[in-house]
Amino acid sequence: MSEPVTGISRDDVVHLAGLARIDLSDAELDHLAAELPAILEHVASVQQVAGDDVPAMSHPVPVDNVFRDDVVRPSLAPEDALAAAPASDQQRFLVPKILGEG
Amino acid sequence: MSTETLVPFDEALTRYDPVMGLEIHIELNTATKMFCGCPTEFGAEPNTQVCPVCLALPGALPVVNAKAVESAIRMGLALNCEIAEWCRFARKNYFYPDMPKNFQTSQYDEPIAFDGWVDVEVDGETFRIEIERAHMEEDTGKALHVGGSTGRIHGADFSLVDYNRAGIPLIEIVTRTIEVPPEKAPAVARAYVSYVRDLIGGLGVSDVRMDQGSLRADVNLSLKPRGSDVLGTRSETKNVNSFRSVERAVRYEISRHAGILDAGGKVVQETRHFQEDTGTTLSGREKSDADDYRYFPEPDLAPVSPSREWVEELRATLPEPPAVRRARLQADWGFSDLDMRDTIGAGALDLIVATVEAGTTPQAAKKWWLGEMARRANESGQDIDTLGITPQQVAEIQALIDAGRINDKLARSVFDGVIAGEGTAEEVVVARGLEVVSDDGALGAAVDRAIEGDPDAAAKIRAGNLGVAGALIGAVMKEMRGQADAGRVRELILEKLA
Ligand SMILES: [Zn+2]
Repeated sequence: MSEPVTGISRDDVVHLAGLARIDLSDAELDHLAAELPAILEHVASVQQVAGDDVPAMSHPVPVDNVFRDDVVRPSLAPEDALAAAPASDQQRFLVPKILGEG
Repeated sequence: MSTETLVPFDEALTRYDPVMGLEIHIELNTATKMFCGCPTEFGAEPNTQVCPVCLALPGALPVVNAKAVESAIRMGLALNCEIAEWCRFARKNYFYPDMPKNFQTSQYDEPIAFDGWVDVEVDGETFRIEIERAHMEEDTGKALHVGGSTGRIHGADFSLVDYNRAGIPLIEIVTRTIEVPPEKAPAVARAYVSYVRDLIGGLGVSDVRMDQGSLRADVNLSLKPRGSDVLGTRSETKNVNSFRSVERAVRYEISRHAGILDAGGKVVQETRHFQEDTGTTLSGREKSDADDYRYFPEPDLAPVSPSREWVEELRATLPEPPAVRRARLQADWGFSDLDMRDTIGAGALDLIVATVEAGTTPQAAKKWWLGEMARRANESGQDIDTLGITPQQVAEIQALIDAGRINDKLARSVFDGVIAGEGTAEEVVVARGLEVVSDDGALGAAVDRAIEGDPDAAAKIRAGNLGVAGALIGAVMKEMRGQADAGRVRELILEKLA
């Protein structure tokens, strides 16, 4: 957990860019392959400050069980829902063709 | 398209052992979505049940639906699971427009329920299915693929997305590896899905309709060469929309995997889509780097830590366990073990319960569901509960028989009419003119003609040989086009020939 990141390869950057659907040029890949390890090293030094006795935190305040009653609230009018969409058709969001499946 | 070499199922089982895993997604029937107050009605106009939260507009804050958590806990308890003392939601990150957020809110390594089991029965034998986990997540939107030649994803020019379903509470139930005697694997898979449907349906937390997608099953399957400990590569078959299809999908994948392995090939780890019309599966998408979902705890939702008191309160609301209920029903109905086995095998237990509640005797309810309805389901390749006939309607038709207005044979025609949407049983009887002729004048005339037409038989009956009465009854029934009470016809014949 608190092991400092030792390095990130150029292949790792290619993989991450793929996951994020970001098209990077060779020059950008070279640049990031050098820059990302530096950033991670910074974070690693912060991790070292917190010892093993400090648990990782996903939430800023320790509050559990924030619930809502199962009561219907008004939805948006479809024209409002679609207003911010770059394109729509048949009261649906129109998106470019999908290659992979979810 | 299909270059696959299939090995016949029985032959495949001589060399390989199937290893299965089943994933069932159940849409809860809460009034609102998992994280927002949008309604969840099925079949609403597109994008009329969406809000800033489920459209992921900037600044929107999701809040967990208490009822959905309650339902998840009750489901977990019914599945004999442990309920987590503390758990979180997680973001499952992927790029696909069925979720506007670019992630699906799910649970990762901290499911709300885990380590459960259910016992399912096949041909009188009990199989324990272990449940690895049941976790909370949200359903996705529905994409319509437009353009291209087939309307399928490949070749589509663009997609139209409706987010009404996005955010509806979903519980995913995941089994541990299922290894049963190879020949039983398809039936056990079906029995498990059917059992879970009945179990969850009994909790009242979901409509559990496979045909409407509120219960969806994925079948994961791999083969192990007999005597080997090495697990094969598994395929994940989706789009399995009926109990019957679960069974067929398992059979098909066993044949397909065996074909690949026999030829010295390698099974590809991929998603496959079940084809209802052919009973085959088609390749969907290969597992790849893109399946790195980079789960991380959802920072916008507070963790869930159900108190032990709450869990026990919910446990007390669970209905009678299925095995106890079955034993009680069997005793109440006076069914034999075989009757009961057939009832469960046909998925007709709840249908018979409802038919009996509507006033039919258990024997008559069994006769219709396990006879006529099971036959129709078989012929049309449907599940018995999607034939378009309800227990209430079966009870109405049986009431018409009990009142002597139709007979069993005419009832079949009434079923045709009701299923075809011609109205109530009563309306179909009138519109199709199916009522039995109870007017003794008309029947008497037909009996007279039958006696004239077959003097031989008449003479034998006069001489006391009642065994030939059937011939005359048959002639009368034919003339009345089946619309007569055969018992009454027999009485009239015997009276006239006494
Ligand atoms: Zn919403």
